Amino acid sequence: MSRQAANTLEIEGLKTHFFTKAGIVKAVDGISFHVAAGEVLGLVGESGCGKSITGFSILGLVDPPGRIVSGAIRFQGRDIAGLPDEDLRRLRGDRIAMIFQDPMMTLNPVLRVDTQMVEAIRAHARVDQATALGRAREALAAVGIPSPERRLRAYPHELSGGMRQRIAIAIAFINRPDLVIADEPTTALDVTIQAQILHLAQELCRNSGTAMIWITHDLAVVSALADRIAVMYAGRIVEQGPVEDIVDRPLHPYTRGLLGSVPSHNARGRRLAQIPGMTPSLINLPGGCAFRTRCARAGPACLSDPPLTEPAAGRQLRCFDPVMAEAAA
Amino acid sequence: MTAFILRRLMQSAAVVAIMSLIVFFGVHVVGDPVYLLINPMADQKEIEEAIRALGLDRPIWEQYWHFLAGALEGDLGRSFVFGEPALKVIVQRMPATLELAFAALMMAILLGIPLGLYAGLYPDRLASRTIMAGSIVGFSLPTFWVGILLIMVFAVMLGWLPSTGRGETATVLGLTSSLFTLDGLSHILLPAFNLALLKISLVIRLTRAGAREAIHQDYIKFARAKGLSGRRVIGVHLLKNIMIPVVTVLGLEFGGLVAFSVVTETIFAWPGMGRLLISSIQSLDRPVIVAYLLIIVLMFVAINLLVDVLYSVLDPRVRLGEKSA
Repeated sequence: MSRQAANTLEIEGLKTHFFTKAGIVKAVDGISFHVAAGEVLGLVGESGCGKSITGFSILGLVDPPGRIVSGAIRFQGRDIAGLPDEDLRRLRGDRIAMIFQDPMMTLNPVLRVDTQMVEAIRAHARVDQATALGRAREALAAVGIPSPERRLRAYPHELSGGMRQRIAIAIAFINRPDLVIADEPTTALDVTIQAQILHLAQELCRNSGTAMIWITHDLAVVSALADRIAVMYAGRIVEQGPVEDIVDRPLHPYTRGLLGSVPSHNARGRRLAQIPGMTPSLINLPGGCAFRTRCARAGPACLSDPPLTEPAAGRQLRCFDPVMAEAAA
Repeated sequence: MTAFILRRLMQSAAVVAIMSLIVFFGVHVVGDPVYLLINPMADQKEIEEAIRALGLDRPIWEQYWHFLAGALEGDLGRSFVFGEPALKVIVQRMPATLELAFAALMMAILLGIPLGLYAGLYPDRLASRTIMAGSIVGFSLPTFWVGILLIMVFAVMLGWLPSTGRGETATVLGLTSSLFTLDGLSHILLPAFNLALLKISLVIRLTRAGAREAIHQDYIKFARAKGLSGRRVIGVHLLKNIMIPVVTVLGLEFGGLVAFSVVTETIFAWPGMGRLLISSIQSLDRPVIVAYLLIIVLMFVAINLLVDVLYSVLDPRVRLGEKSA
């Protein structure tokens, strides 16, 4: 019970499926994880593995034909899955905020920055325009935007991508949320800006004790930022644990494949290892381990669903044949 | 912005000049008005006198030159039929046409945008499918046929609404219009709807397409993630983006409404410019035809300019483009 109280968010057996004409797409298929206050969880996986849908499920923003089929989303001890929309609206942007991938697309092109910031404040608090504007100005200064007064009156197209993402982050943090879901917020940015944004997000979380879920396909990015990592594949979390453990001693062949495809200094000149094949279509996915078709270690056992095991304290794994080389050594 | 407007004004002047040339010579190709105006019993001498009085004995380029000189001073010639300046004859009938076009425009906005928005937000509902099917019908049916049908149903069979004329008018703030009296409103309802039907359908389709596209944009999802109410997300974030193409098209279509009113005014005996044009063509009243067409051209040019300016107000990205240009 004491652990539950410390966790800002606990997700248990969450399933979000899309009921399309071609069949049921099991975008999120029974995942469980938790994030504590002040903690950063890296949710890693390839495009289309269901990591963004996980984020939208938490916010209650899954559009038809998709819906949450089962599972619990406990936010500060309260199950918010299937809450009436007005209750969810009060949480959204106030207690749980989200940062999106492409800063060019997330700010409304026809509304000024101040309008978009002030409305986020006034949707949740009874404050007058002047007070809200003051808070917006402070929020812009807090994310390191020079001359915030002038930026407030700008339209999004007048600002650079990095600047826009800073504004999106300022909006996400403006009501001091308890949880921030960041959906690949650095993917669309230059490498130098990426580092700045990473640093900024980390600092904001640390200062305010906000829990954060950092969704990305880039293990290099998340290993510098996250406390724990959950690796997602085809709608499921295949491996989960503290960041050092996952990076230094990956157990799932997929995690190992992901790590092998990250360029590094000591591998200069050598071909990058790549995972053969591509993410399977999530429509009518056959049973068993979804990764077996791309896995060098797959055996007959992999035709049935691998159970969730706990190979070490704080680690979780779904694999029959884990890469135990380092563990044995 | 000023340079832009100046450039546009010069382009507009060229358009008007070329248009006047085409209209003036075009009208002179169709028929000789003298034989329509004159007493059929008149002898040759009387006919020649009439031709000279109307200035029709001169070569056509000289007539055009004469017309152009007059036009620059605001004189577009005298109507053969009314014996009054053509401009005055038209301007007298202009308020009736403008109020009809205005009423039709209002109908297009007030019916088209909500219906299109509904169809765009809930595309799978039966009501939405009905709206879209209705808009196709509105698009396809010819205006004159719908007008006659409206008269048959609402004026003849049901007897709810009058079918001809403008009804009572009243003057409010110096504007005389039938929009200000109940009787006038009942008169304008049928013709305005007849004129608006095409535009309503157009606005429905534009709004629906815009909503379908915008609803999947990240900025809408971000607005929802901020915890804004559904009303604000739709009414501000979505609608303001959709309005850009709708305003552009509607602005341009206002000119079309005035021009199209020729058919509607004829069917509903609406005493406006459109009906004047038809009767002027029948009596080959050249100055009135030329003046009418020139006024319409001027109006289109003015509306185009206005829409461009309005467009830049709605879409901040256009403003920047103009500054850097």
